[in-house]
Amino acid sequence: MPRRITYRDAVREALDEEIARDPMVVVMGEEVAQYNGAYKVTQGLWDKWGDKRLVDTPISEAGFIGMGIGASMLGVRPVMELMFWSFYTVAWDQIVNNGAMVRYMSGGKINCPIVIRGPANGGTSVGATHSHTPENIMANFPGMKCVCPSNAYDAKGLMKAAIRDNDPVMFMESTKLYGEEWDVPSNDELPNGELFIPLGLADVKREGTDISLIAHGKAVITCLEAARILEEEHGISAEVVDLRSIRPLDEETILNSVAKTHRAVYVEENKPFCGIGAQIAYMIQERIFDELDAPVQRVCSLDAPAIYSPPLEAIQLPTAEVVVAKALGIC
Amino acid sequence: MALAKDPTPNPAASPINQKLTADDKIELYRKMVRVRRFEQVSLQHYQAGRMGGFLHLYIGQESVAIGCASLMGANDHMITAYRDHAHALGVGMSMNECMAELFGKATGCSKGKGGSMHYFAPDKNYWGGHGIVAGQTPLGLGLAYGLKFRGLKGAAMCFLGDGAVNQGAFHESLNLAALWDLPVIYIIENNGYSMGTSQERSSAYGKCLAERAEGYGMAWDHCLGENLYEVRARVGAALDRAHNESKPTLMEISTYRWEGHSVADANKMKYRTKDEVERFQRDHDPIQVWKAVLIAEGVATEADLKKIDREAQAEADASAEFAKASPYPEPESIFEDVYWETDNKTEASEIGRHFFND
Ligand SMILES: Cc1ncc(C[n+]2csc(CCOP(=O)(O)OP(=O)(O)O)c2C)c(N)n1
Ligand SMILES: [Mg+2]
Repeated sequence: MPRRITYRDAVREALDEEIARDPMVVVMGEEVAQYNGAYKVTQGLWDKWGDKRLVDTPISEAGFIGMGIGASMLGVRPVMELMFWSFYTVAWDQIVNNGAMVRYMSGGKINCPIVIRGPANGGTSVGATHSHTPENIMANFPGMKCVCPSNAYDAKGLMKAAIRDNDPVMFMESTKLYGEEWDVPSNDELPNGELFIPLGLADVKREGTDISLIAHGKAVITCLEAARILEEEHGISAEVVDLRSIRPLDEETILNSVAKTHRAVYVEENKPFCGIGAQIAYMIQERIFDELDAPVQRVCSLDAPAIYSPPLEAIQLPTAEVVVAKALGIC
Repeated sequence: MALAKDPTPNPAASPINQKLTADDKIELYRKMVRVRRFEQVSLQHYQAGRMGGFLHLYIGQESVAIGCASLMGANDHMITAYRDHAHALGVGMSMNECMAELFGKATGCSKGKGGSMHYFAPDKNYWGGHGIVAGQTPLGLGLAYGLKFRGLKGAAMCFLGDGAVNQGAFHESLNLAALWDLPVIYIIENNGYSMGTSQERSSAYGKCLAERAEGYGMAWDHCLGENLYEVRARVGAALDRAHNESKPTLMEISTYRWEGHSVADANKMKYRTKDEVERFQRDHDPIQVWKAVLIAEGVATEADLKKIDREAQAEADASAEFAKASPYPEPESIFEDVYWETDNKTEASEIGRHFFND
């Protein structure tokens, strides 16, 4: 029986292992220590590691994120939790103008090995201010990396890579996935003794021949469901490609898939304008225009701030039914 | 709770409280009880799964919002954070529109778009309802700026929590308020905790949080929140300062929340003791404190107040029925209230594309 753990526990294991491996790693944020995390991602870590490695901060995102960036310049490896990624706006100047640019502006003299992590998702009726998905915004800044794991296995492996990375990595999780379980081998079952997934490698989550459903984060789960419906109800074989990391971006895996299926739909919970799908669609038409049998399609969240009303928010976000309909439109 | 300033010796005797008629005092009781019953009913329905997201209850703090709302004149304004139900009912929003908003219904005060954290009623000088901690503090400053700019004699009361005082935007706002003599009153509702973090673990301070105003040469005050007379006397003085001198004040009002940070706060009995919570419920319940005042003054009898209680309960239950029976917003409404121009189908709305649904 393979070991099954939740997404939440997978992130926690990665933090725990990296704290153990590298004395420079410190986990910091609001309620991460004594409260065990607003979403319990850091459960038990303060008990185990104490005040030096797990630090509760006041509600001062600009201050503590900026501090983390400053400490990272001196070789500390802070893993900063934003209780919701939505609160990045409060720390935005620090993240962009310091985190993403200090390396460039110093001519490469300074590194920023910081990770900023937390949930970035809609679908929980917490309203527009708490439902932002800023992966496209982060990926827009050269100097910054951005990762959106769709499952526990990837979350653990990618978090370990993010912490060891010497550049700022924006790591986006999902409160909708925290409680879901996946197969995640324990370290003694693994050849290298650990689960480590380099940034920049996409993953084909389901093989198929007729159409490529490409996505990141929780939308990958939506695509897997859509692929099942396409197979069972329409006899269409869909391949599902999970970007895992937005920047660096694994273009080859995407291109190989579309060159095989000749059709592509990008699915994301982000808004359409300058979303990740816009970049991917551009890249596909530019690189393999002749392989396409139909224009690349997108399914995004409906283009308005996140609505509170629970049944309305459910239709604002991409559903498997909408993905199926989009796919059928080009198959 | 240690106070950094002395309590008012006899707050009932302060001029602002002397103005209250017996009926006014009973109304204040009614208002606090309505808030409590509204929230208790909302909690039942939240637990029954009829709402989404967060529900931040104000139970135990009622005297602060209701006392402050009772001081508002035509040009006085209010703005607060996500723990906003009491302020809303205090300025006169109806239970129906507030409850329907929690249920995500089209009849809600924000048409089901905002939820619990985002109640607004500009017609009642109530500017929300804000989810980002301290995000409302520059807005409160802006209301004060707007009043001064327009030559109106009024003030903005801007509420924030003891955790919110550590956001940079708040400190920038304090400087601007003092630098430009803006009629804003920042009211720190100090309930001792920001989520699971006690004041001692989140803030560096001398005598109290409001004392930080010293650094800006700003007036400040610190008082206890459980007695309406005291809240009215102390905030009333700050309002006078704003109205007559166009000067800001940083107020700190000590209070206590009985419930968890939000209903989802699984640790609500871990970061504080049962004893502590029970002590506040037993000895510092603002509704009981006010009830005792009314009875001692002979303004109302137990029976009168019981009746008010029953009426508030009935009103809250009816608001839940109203909310249940109300329709959800139509799917098309997702794209309404995004741009003024497209809502109003103006000429400008015809130029260029505004929405990007494929
Ligand atoms: C910028 C930002 N950071 C964090 C949060 C999450 N959060 C919401 S309320 C809260 C605690 C605030 O406590 P306090 O200011 O004391 O107000 P209270 O809840 O006690 O009324 C936190 C951390 C948020 N909404 N916005
Ligand atoms: Mg508080």
